[in-house]
Amino acid sequence: MAEQKEPVTGIKSPVYLHYRFTAGKAPTRFLTRLKEGVLTGQRCPRCSNVYIPPRGSCPACGVATEEEVTLGNKATVQSFTIVSIPIPGNIIEPPYVVANLVLDGANIAFIHLLSECVNEEIHIGQRVQAVWKPSEEWDYAMDNILYFKPLDEPDVPVDQIGHIPISGWRS
Amino acid sequence: MQATEHLSQTFELGFTYTRSTGPVVGRFLTGLRDRRIIGNRGSDGRVLVPPVEYDPVTAAALDEFVEVGEEGTLVSWCWVNEPRAAHPLAKPFAWAMVQLDGADVAMIHCLEAPGEDALATGARVKVSWAAETIGFITDIRCFTLLEEA
Repeated sequence: MAEQKEPVTGIKSPVYLHYRFTAGKAPTRFLTRLKEGVLTGQRCPRCSNVYIPPRGSCPACGVATEEEVTLGNKATVQSFTIVSIPIPGNIIEPPYVVANLVLDGANIAFIHLLSECVNEEIHIGQRVQAVWKPSEEWDYAMDNILYFKPLDEPDVPVDQIGHIPISGWRS
Repeated sequence: MQATEHLSQTFELGFTYTRSTGPVVGRFLTGLRDRRIIGNRGSDGRVLVPPVEYDPVTAAALDEFVEVGEEGTLVSWCWVNEPRAAHPLAKPFAWAMVQLDGADVAMIHCLEAPGEDALATGARVKVSWAAETIGFITDIRCFTLLEEA
């Protein structure tokens, strides 16, 4: 007879999904420029909105986007969350800040980290700037940018977030 | 304009779930670890394998556990010619409905056989246990055809 053991009360049932992601023409161009340390978007020929990362079409107008727009390193906090709970497999130690950021000249936000800041002082409309890894570490990846850090600039009013020109914010 | 070579990359997305098994499924899995197959009895007297937490007829909680045999009868099957990576057996096999001796319903598992032609409804089958049992459904490595005397 088998030795007496504790009853089974739980099982591990992981699910692993194996993907191959193929970037389209526009994302490939975006990633190629990203590897060179430059953020680029695409402008819609109809509504003039600038999208980053570009997908090759405008989701609002349904038309192809061709015009490439080179964007800078400054952005505005559109929204944010402070993550306090560790996520399995995530190497970042809580608490950390994840934010929706809109680059100057862009009309849509992307998600990145905020750091070099006091978490409790982060606010919507805050001006921030990208902090890049050393150039020899650049790859086809958004984590070429380590995080964004606060800028000493006046806040952007909520109704103007997402409508700042490429030339930057002047209150 | 020159042709663009598109970037492409594999990646794995993993959800590392764990599940609590409760008193009924836990009992079944504990049985498998001990190389025993445990079902339970429903309100209509049927022996259900794997055991169910609530009666299929009355929805009452069930607690009368019944051990069944590790031999049974092939009720139905579907032959898999080209096993996929996630399948339990690497060579062609059958997904089979097996009614174990002492059970009143069939359970699904994989069945190892030399070929589809070797299978027939009513064939006798037997559990092939995994080399090491840990309290998981794969403790039953598969079913195999029983040589009839």
